[in-house]
Amino acid sequence: MRLQIEDVLCTFCGCLCDDIRVEVDGGRIEKVRGACRLGSSKIMGHSRIKSPMIRVNGELREASYEEAYRKAAEILVSAKHPLLYGWASTTCEALKKGILLAEEIGGVVDTTATVCHGPSIIGIEEKGLVGSTLGQIKNRADLIVFWGCNPSEAHPRHTLRYSSNASGRFIPEGRKDRKVLVIDVRETRTARNADRFLRIQPGTDYEMISALRMIIGGKAESLPEDVAGVSRKELVEIAEMMRSAKFGAIFFGLGLTHSRGRYKNVDNALSLVSELNSHTKFVIMAMRGHYNVTGAGQVLAWSSGYPMAVDYARGAPYYNPGETSCCDLLSRRDVDAAMIIASDPASNLPRGCVEALAEMPVIQIDPFENPTTFFADVVIPSAIAGIEAEGTAYRMDGLSLRLRKLVDTEYPSDVEILQAILDNVRRLRDDN
Amino acid sequence: MIIKGGIVYDPANGIFGEEMDICIENGRIAEDAGGEVIDARGLLVMPGGVDAHSHIAGPKLNTGRIMRPDDSRMGTEPRTGVCRPSTGYTVPNCYAIGYRYARLGYTTAFEAATPIIEARHTHEELEEIPIVDKGALTLFGSNWTVMECVRENDMEKLAAYVAWGLRAARGYGVKIVNPGGGEAWGFGSNVKSIHDPVPHFDVTPAQIIRALAEVNERLRLPHSIHLHFNNLGRPGNYTTAIETLELLKDIKPSRMRQVVHVAHMQFSAYGGTGWKDFESKASVIADYFNQTDHATMDLGQIIFGPATTMTADAPLEYANARIGHQKWSNHDIELEESSGVVPWVYMRKMPVNAVQWAIGLELALLTKDPWKVVMTTDHPNGGPFVNYPEIIALLMSREKREEEMKTLHEVVRSRSTLPSIEREIDWSEIVIMTRAAPARILGLEDKGHLGIGADADISIYNIRPDEIDPSKDHAKVKAGMSRAKYTIKGGAVVVRDGEIVAAPQGRTYWVDAAVPERDMDRMLSSLKEKFERYYSIRMSNYMVQDAYLSNPFVVRAGVQPLKEVI
Repeated sequence: MRLQIEDVLCTFCGCLCDDIRVEVDGGRIEKVRGACRLGSSKIMGHSRIKSPMIRVNGELREASYEEAYRKAAEILVSAKHPLLYGWASTTCEALKKGILLAEEIGGVVDTTATVCHGPSIIGIEEKGLVGSTLGQIKNRADLIVFWGCNPSEAHPRHTLRYSSNASGRFIPEGRKDRKVLVIDVRETRTARNADRFLRIQPGTDYEMISALRMIIGGKAESLPEDVAGVSRKELVEIAEMMRSAKFGAIFFGLGLTHSRGRYKNVDNALSLVSELNSHTKFVIMAMRGHYNVTGAGQVLAWSSGYPMAVDYARGAPYYNPGETSCCDLLSRRDVDAAMIIASDPASNLPRGCVEALAEMPVIQIDPFENPTTFFADVVIPSAIAGIEAEGTAYRMDGLSLRLRKLVDTEYPSDVEILQAILDNVRRLRDDN
Repeated sequence: MIIKGGIVYDPANGIFGEEMDICIENGRIAEDAGGEVIDARGLLVMPGGVDAHSHIAGPKLNTGRIMRPDDSRMGTEPRTGVCRPSTGYTVPNCYAIGYRYARLGYTTAFEAATPIIEARHTHEELEEIPIVDKGALTLFGSNWTVMECVRENDMEKLAAYVAWGLRAARGYGVKIVNPGGGEAWGFGSNVKSIHDPVPHFDVTPAQIIRALAEVNERLRLPHSIHLHFNNLGRPGNYTTAIETLELLKDIKPSRMRQVVHVAHMQFSAYGGTGWKDFESKASVIADYFNQTDHATMDLGQIIFGPATTMTADAPLEYANARIGHQKWSNHDIELEESSGVVPWVYMRKMPVNAVQWAIGLELALLTKDPWKVVMTTDHPNGGPFVNYPEIIALLMSREKREEEMKTLHEVVRSRSTLPSIEREIDWSEIVIMTRAAPARILGLEDKGHLGIGADADISIYNIRPDEIDPSKDHAKVKAGMSRAKYTIKGGAVVVRDGEIVAAPQGRTYWVDAAVPERDMDRMLSSLKEKFERYYSIRMSNYMVQDAYLSNPFVVRAGVQPLKEVI
């Protein structure tokens, strides 16, 4: 029987689109409507890890779930300082279990934000975040600025649903009622949709933001004629574009967080937006990547007080990015086992960190095989959150939404897997 | 369980410090009982504390935590066999909130402001707060649908929307913050008075407040409207306060309670034309409360030291950030609200802060009827709730107030009436302000008292009321109230000798109000259009699902008098 499910949430990127239509037939997803190409391929699915596996003499061999849970628990209990990493592409409920597990084994919880918008979070700690929900921008923003981000390729429905091309109450004509400004080091597809594109030299974001702050602060005449290759005249025009907007919104991506200056770039951009509010209305938002990387930060914050890189080795949460963040721990060989859930550090961490990971016992929990599987010692396949399991996720603007279960599965959910590992950890502890 | 020999204060039932036994059976107060005996001979015994206005869960809390890792480092406590780890002082993690309330002898706390669209997040955090019973008030004051109903003067439709909104948010009552201002802030402005029209909506704050108050009574909600005034935090705002209260004088309450509860009155009792001639108008406000009977207040007492201000009054937070040169977070919420978070420090030698401190105490001491006053700090806006024992000691001892005033800026003597106030609050009045009154004001029938059938939420303190003179022994009062000897929640001992011994999951209260179907249908058809055109999420993904309330307690209400449905 063919079943049409409406208003499904897409579990790909931080847009967390909630208007997808999915056709299900005989427990299989047959068709996805309304999603972008990235989301559609995620929901349609691809080859899965078939069974739990344990590495024996260098080879991964199929095992039962019970054996895999027990082996995972043995690794965690015998480790002095285990790392529990990932969390951005699973539910908040899974992370809640993960935090409890970390408390009990004295581990470190870190999320993929640490190698993504981690610098943005540190910027927010310095300056605060002047933001809004995406719907506020849809209804009001007459100026959209994309700085160091390329939603046309990374968040394909962002522009249509929330930003440049969306229509709203005070922006009835959508794109026609808005100006779009793109600031980037290269002409991206997003830049082609812009009213104005400012191409800057790589690594000069900080200078650009500082120059704009000076102009907004009435000190344009103190600027040199040329700021890192951009003329003062052009910067004055851009500052005027911002100041004359009724409601401006800056979306920024890894172009700010991963170029020279890193969190200082974000700190500066947050200050610019804060100051623009003395003249008009302005908000700013990070273009978060994985669909629930925002939620991972939220759960950690209410549980521990900190949004990432939380070390429970002392029995109480301890946070010091640069010390307790995943890459720093790995490069210092300061952790001796790792549980990787819903992420692929082998493809995304610096090489030295991947080498460190490969040398230590690694547990992987994931529906899909990825390069991390190649050196994992215990592999536990899970249900896909938002398709085969319910749960909570937070959109890039911090809005919490409930993921639906669309089809049944034989695979246990991340929550069930983590609970089983926790039960095994407690049993091992009792036996000792 | 039997609590033997305590000196019991249960003012709701006319018991003012009598030695008596209390029996508990199945989590409630009973005529008699067996089982465990708790020896409370000579000790102070009262109902568990009820906090009617506190910011304990939701997006603004996490915003505070994320922007203040410095605060999270304060108050760190490792996990124990019973407790998960604690962090934070002004923005504690969820576990710390539950444990710290319980240690103070509090067993109920209500989150004071949550937007409907973000209520799921609020409930995610409420679920993580152990021990206490809780609920969350729902924001309606800058909501597009509300303002359109008010403009059309369609009270049936507004009632349907409020009922639906409470259900969607699993909310407990109607919260109104700087009405109209949250919408105006969408383009960076504010409303300046209660008669200043909201841009684009052609309604005034006065009309919004009155309409929501009328609908609140039409729906027979357990709590009244819960109001954060316009112009809050500004010098000279006491006139706005009185003008707003006058608007509501003729509205008839549908239950035995107030028509309006004023949130954190201290922040709206200011005289002066600016910060230079800033002064207390607490005596004028208290006189107003003494002469009328339709309003109650909570204090919003400030505590010297760090605070984190967080409110749906976003323009106020913008002003705070500018005045204090502080980091600033703002969060506008589509179609519904705006909000902000700014770290703060209240300083003894800062003239404005010294006067603010006096105002909170003046309000409590000059308002004759303690049933109109709830002791709060508007946690964490005036300071963290863990300082309640400090306020209790101040209210009970003129000597302590004098000692404190010596450490403050001298304007506290000339710009407030506090130095001349002799009143010292007694134990019965403390129990009213921290238990009986907040429970009655919220409409929690089984809380705030120890009558037969009431929830067995009880606190016992290492204070001997027959031997202690709070006027002189205020240090002992503060120490004793800071660590309950026993806190009993729903009949279970959760604190013993100031330590958490059990951490059960509390209940979450919400109100399900019935309205005629035709009103609901009419409202929903116009609401659907809002989702199609303006909201960024689908209507079917909007409501808080059952999964987010593991232990719900539903209070029924509605336009028709309803019998309690079980």
